[in-house]
Amino acid sequence: MNATPNKLLQIEKLELHFKTRAGAVQAVDGVDFELDSNRAVVILGESGCGKSSLAKAMLRLLPRNVDKYEGKVFLQGAEVMAFDEEEFRKNVRWLGISLVPQAAMNALNPVIRVGEQVAEPAVIHLGLSKAESMSLVHKMFQHVGVPLDFVDRYPFELSGGMRQRVALAMALVTSPNLIVLDEPTSALDLLTQANIMNVLKRIKHELGTSFILITHDIATSSELADEVAIMYAGQIVETGHARDFFPAPLHPYSQMLMASVPRLRSDSDPMFITGQPPSLINPPKGCRFAARCPFRFEKCDEEPPMFGKNGRKVKCWLHA
Amino acid sequence: MITDLREVMMSVEKINEAQPLLSIHDLHVWYELRRFGFGHAGYVKAVDGVSFDLAEGETVAVVGESGCGKSSLMKTILGLNVPTSGEVIFDNENLSELKRDGLQKYRFKIGYVQQDPYGALPPFMTVQKILEEPLIISGMKNKEERLARIHKAMAEVKLHPVEDFLQKFPHMLSGGQQQRIVIARAMLREPKLIVADEPVSMLDASVRVEILKLMRALQESHGLSVIYITHDLSTVKYFSARIFVMYAGNLIEKADTRRLLENPLHPYTHALLAATSDPDARNADSFKEVPPGEPPSLVNPPKGCRFHPRCAKAIAGLCDEKEPMDFEPEPNHFVACWLYQPQ
Repeated sequence: MNATPNKLLQIEKLELHFKTRAGAVQAVDGVDFELDSNRAVVILGESGCGKSSLAKAMLRLLPRNVDKYEGKVFLQGAEVMAFDEEEFRKNVRWLGISLVPQAAMNALNPVIRVGEQVAEPAVIHLGLSKAESMSLVHKMFQHVGVPLDFVDRYPFELSGGMRQRVALAMALVTSPNLIVLDEPTSALDLLTQANIMNVLKRIKHELGTSFILITHDIATSSELADEVAIMYAGQIVETGHARDFFPAPLHPYSQMLMASVPRLRSDSDPMFITGQPPSLINPPKGCRFAARCPFRFEKCDEEPPMFGKNGRKVKCWLHA
Repeated sequence: MITDLREVMMSVEKINEAQPLLSIHDLHVWYELRRFGFGHAGYVKAVDGVSFDLAEGETVAVVGESGCGKSSLMKTILGLNVPTSGEVIFDNENLSELKRDGLQKYRFKIGYVQQDPYGALPPFMTVQKILEEPLIISGMKNKEERLARIHKAMAEVKLHPVEDFLQKFPHMLSGGQQQRIVIARAMLREPKLIVADEPVSMLDASVRVEILKLMRALQESHGLSVIYITHDLSTVKYFSARIFVMYAGNLIEKADTRRLLENPLHPYTHALLAATSDPDARNADSFKEVPPGEPPSLVNPPKGCRFHPRCAKAIAGLCDEKEPMDFEPEPNHFVACWLYQPQ
C-alpha cells in the first residue's frame, strides 16, 4: 500500500514494543488503519489492550524502554515516520496532530494562567506575537464554550469540565487537522460528559477537524463515532462504519463486548466475557482471542488476516 | 378532621411495617470552613436534610454527580463522619449515642466496598493478611477459624482455587480479582448492610457486569441490604429496587427503579437520563440537551430549590424563594419539586 494523498492519516504495520525484565511487551503489534478528513474514529478496547500506546506511537511520544518501533505513518501523504525528531516536532506535533492526554484536566500547569497555557503552542508553532495569540485563544475559548474572562484564571479555579475544555482549546489553537483524544470524558460527571461530547461534535462541524477518540466507554463513544476500530491484545480486530458496527458487530470479541454494555433503554441482560486478555509479553500464536472465544475451531491456531467485506474489516476466520 | 384520620392511618401503617434496618431522619452533615486555621468562615453543607428508610434485604441506589454529597452521606452511615444534626438509626441503635466500643461493633455490621480496588488494598500485604486483619480486630483469636472464614468468603466471590490467591499481593491480580477481594473483605464479618461506592466504575466493561452480578447473587443469598452509590444510571436497574437521586445535598427524587426510569419527574432526573447514552450510531447526529451551568457551591447554596438556576421549568417567585418539600404525585414516588405541588 502506498500513500494516498487524499487520506488524512494512513498507518501501516505500526509496531511498538516495550522492553521489560520479563521480556518485550508487544503493546502495539501490527496496526493498520486509515482516516479521511473530517471523520471521527473511535478506538475501543479494554485496559491493557494497547490503545494508549497506539496514540503514543502515532505521535512518537515514546518512553525510554522502547524495544521496537516500526511501521509507516502517512499524514496527508507525507511519510512522517521517516522524519527525524526535530522535523517531527516542528511539523507533526501540534501542527499536524494534537493530543489531548488522558486526564487532561490534571495535565495543565497549576502555576500558569490558563490563557497563557493555551496560547503557548500558537506562539511556538505558528510564530504569533503574544497579542495575536491571545485573540486566537479567545476564539478557541468560544469554540469550546469557556467564558472569555477565564483566560486570567489558574487551573485550580476551574471545574473539571472547564479544565477539560481548556485542554481541548489548547489542542485546537494550532488548527491541526487531527486531534487524538485519550479518554477525554472518563473522569467527568455524566452531565459534563454530555457537554464535552456536544463540544466535540460542534468542533467537528464548524472546523472540520478529524478525531481519534481512544476510550473504553462504548456508549459515550457512539456520540461522536463515524468509524469504529476495536482493539484487542495489541491488535485491531475489527474496523467499520459506526452505522454498520453498532447494530451488528462481526468479531466475536466485539459482539461480546457490545453485549456487556448495560443499556438504559432496553431490557437486554448484559453478558460478561470470562477469562482475561493474554499477556502481551508472550501472546499466543494464532488468534489472540481464541482462548476466550465460544466459536473457536481448528483454524484459529493460525493467525487470521484482516478479511474485508462491504467496507468492513474483521480479523477472524469465521468471516473468511 | 380528615388530616387527623390520615395521620392515624399512617401511624397504624407504620406499626404494621417491620422496623427498618436503617432509618435516617433529617440528617445534616456540615463541614466547618475555617479562615487562617481558626476563624469561622461558614459551612460546607454536604448533606442537608436527608431522610429515608431502608428495610432488611432491600437494595437502593443513590445516584448523583460528584460533589452532591453522596460520599458524605455514605461515610456518615459507615460511622466515619459525625452527623451535625439528625438521626441515623441502624439495627435499633442510634449512631450518635454510640461510644468507642459500640461504634466499632456498629462498623462490623456494615461492609464497605470501595471504588478503586487497587487503592483500597494495602500493596505490601498479601491477600491472606488483608483478609485476616479485620477478623483479628473483631476478636477471632483462633487462626484455623480465621482461615476457614477467609476460605468461605473467597469461595463466595468465586476466587478459586483459593490457595492460589492467598499468598499473592494486590498488584499481581487483575482489576476484577482485586475488586472480588474487596467484596470478600466486606463480607467477612457477615454484615447486614453493604455500602458499595461506585464498585465497578474503575473496571473494564466486560468485567463490570460480572462484578455486578456477583454482588447481586451475594445480596440475594444472604438477604443483604445494599446501598449502591453510583453516577451510572444504566447499571442501576440490574441491581437496585429503588433509586434516590441526590443533588446538592438533598435527595430530590425517590422511587422504585422501574418507575423512575420510565417516568422521571424532577427536571434534574430528566437531564440525567437524557445525558445517559446507549451505544447507537444515531447518537452522533444530534446534540444532547444539557442544563446550563454547574452544580452550586454547597457553602452558599441557592435560595429555594437548589436546581432552580439551571432549571428550564423554574417558576419565578416560587422556586427561587421557597425550598420544595417532598410531594408524592403517585404512590411511593417522592419528588422535591414545586411542579408537582398538589392543586
